[in-house]
Amino acid sequence: MTMTMDTKEIILDVKNLNTSFVSDGKEVRIVKDVSFQVKRAKTLAVVGESGCGKSVTMNSVMRFLGKNSRIKADNIQFNEWKDGAVVEHHLEKIENNNDIKLRKLRGPGMSMVFQDPMSSLNPVYKVGDQVAEGLREHTGMSKAEARTKVLELFKQLGIPDPESRIDNYPHQFSGGMKQRVVIAIAMICNPDLIICDEPTTALDVTIQAQIMDLLKKLQLVFGKSIILITHNMGLVAEMADEVCVMYMGRVVEFGSRKAIFDETMHPYTKALLRSVPVLGLADGQKLETIPGITPNPADLKGGCEFADRCTHCMEACRKQEIPSFEVSEGHMVRCLLFEKKGRAV
Amino acid sequence: MKTNEKEVLFKVENLKTWFPIKKGIMKKTVGNVKAVDDISLEVYRGETIGIVGESGCGKSTLGKSLMLLEKPTDGKIMFHYQGGFKDITKFSKQEMFEFRKTVQMVFQDPYSALNPQKKIYTSFEEPLKIHGYDTREKREEVMQRVLKMVNIQPDYLMRYPHEFSGGQRQRLCIARALEVTPEVLICDEPVSALDVSIQAQVLNLMKDIQKELNLTYLFIAHDLSVVQYMSDRIIVMYLGKVVEVADSRALYDEPLHPYTRALLSAIPVADIHVEKKRQILEGEVPSPINKPSGCAFHNRCPMCMEQCKKQDPPMYVDKENGHMVACHLYEGKMMTGAE
Repeated sequence: MTMTMDTKEIILDVKNLNTSFVSDGKEVRIVKDVSFQVKRAKTLAVVGESGCGKSVTMNSVMRFLGKNSRIKADNIQFNEWKDGAVVEHHLEKIENNNDIKLRKLRGPGMSMVFQDPMSSLNPVYKVGDQVAEGLREHTGMSKAEARTKVLELFKQLGIPDPESRIDNYPHQFSGGMKQRVVIAIAMICNPDLIICDEPTTALDVTIQAQIMDLLKKLQLVFGKSIILITHNMGLVAEMADEVCVMYMGRVVEFGSRKAIFDETMHPYTKALLRSVPVLGLADGQKLETIPGITPNPADLKGGCEFADRCTHCMEACRKQEIPSFEVSEGHMVRCLLFEKKGRAV
Repeated sequence: MKTNEKEVLFKVENLKTWFPIKKGIMKKTVGNVKAVDDISLEVYRGETIGIVGESGCGKSTLGKSLMLLEKPTDGKIMFHYQGGFKDITKFSKQEMFEFRKTVQMVFQDPYSALNPQKKIYTSFEEPLKIHGYDTREKREEVMQRVLKMVNIQPDYLMRYPHEFSGGQRQRLCIARALEVTPEVLICDEPVSALDVSIQAQVLNLMKDIQKELNLTYLFIAHDLSVVQYMSDRIIVMYLGKVVEVADSRALYDEPLHPYTRALLSAIPVADIHVEKKRQILEGEVPSPINKPSGCAFHNRCPMCMEQCKKQDPPMYVDKENGHMVACHLYEGKMMTGAE
């Protein structure tokens, strides 16, 4: 990584993001020194199990966290593409979650698709009005103008019969259709970056395939950058350009899709890939398991977070904070096994 | 796999479980949700039979119907009972009591399947008390035995459910189901609420227990890769009907029904070198209240023919390997016949 960043290529740069929550007077670190970059018009997949901090990381960037959260970072830089030039936004300097600069970015700059389409729509408003709300807020458009825009977007997103569906309420939509509406809300202000937080976890596989296909099309046609948060390695293999693997609040491995799947380094990534049943396993072949359970973040002691469940654990792993090693260009691994093979970052 | 070599445990014939929709003051039935609509199948002793399908296809209702937790509207569920077959829908109270000992169920959500106000001990003791383990020593002996099977320390019995992780809770639920030494375990999405690394632990444990106790599993899940890992045979359901039955290997190598093919192709593969022809199904599962005429899948099927819109396809059987498929494409190529 060079010191000067190509702001045309990189849309989001996060350096040493730390998020902690205060509960019962104790501060618990949930996200620890997380750094990553998202390239323009590419997809970054963030993978990990529940509780690994992947959603908290993205919510820290968007500032969607509650009052008991503490966010610190060296750099959260969002490079907006505006009228043919790059405008840099330094989000780490903003203190208030409701800062006007931030509010202007959320929607037209970056937006988020949430996990559960059933609960992220307001049941008492028509879906069309919910989609139009952001547009009217940010552009001051009239109701009628906004309505035509929403109709256009509904057509693009493949919602059948948009003229009548626009006046429906969320309960009249199926799960897959609701998720399209949620995507429409995120898309309506034409953001550069869309953060999708497990967009298909609540949906069936055939509907998941439809939604993923839709996201890919949006990226190809409109050049959107996407952050895809998921726990499904299959989706990562299909969607991602770059992959960020997280465990207990840390990025344990970061690299291109090829590096992560073909030159898997970190024991956790390896285990994650092997513990999922895949179609066509030979008869009698057993799944590999990761022993133990995910620890409670409040109980973690120093050293590597994965040490207790790792089959390669050494004495040194428990003694120090593990640095990240760059094993090949852009492929970072946070594991002492690669101390000699890579350059510490 | 030949039918006659294996001992049949369950023989389901034309099972229908419909839920009436009532409207108005007179509570007139205006329609039916046909959750399970005319299903016939056989379950053999010692096998794992996987039931897979999208949400709303009736797989859970089928599981519940087999335990009579939902009362079937029509059809027979013959169960191998004291040397002969007997229809469980006509069981007497006493027979039902005995039947519940042989067939147990593990539910989807381990967070709501254990009473949060009671210690694990109390939850574990209750089925034993009901089923005639009359002394404390006897009961505790059983509890120790089943806990050992699922690798949970016996002293955890005095804890409350919230003190356990999701994976542990699901193991506890499995242990509780094993207390009364059942022969059949109906597992309704047992791992879908768990994290991937924990999923593998529970799946492997279930396989080990099956070998040890020679259990029969009915494994219901929406995740085809999990079902394929667990099962010997797989039943694919769509809108309350069985569309394909095959050995799990055959289903993967040579899926016959267009729906099964689409389902297989929709699963993302964690391997970047697999070139896959993605076949994306249009639309969504229709409502089970107004099912499409003819084949229920015809409006999403990429190979739909004129005939499919009018006529419900019969079940075609490959006599050699028992591969069954309900699709007009196989007319003339395979034999029809009741299961």
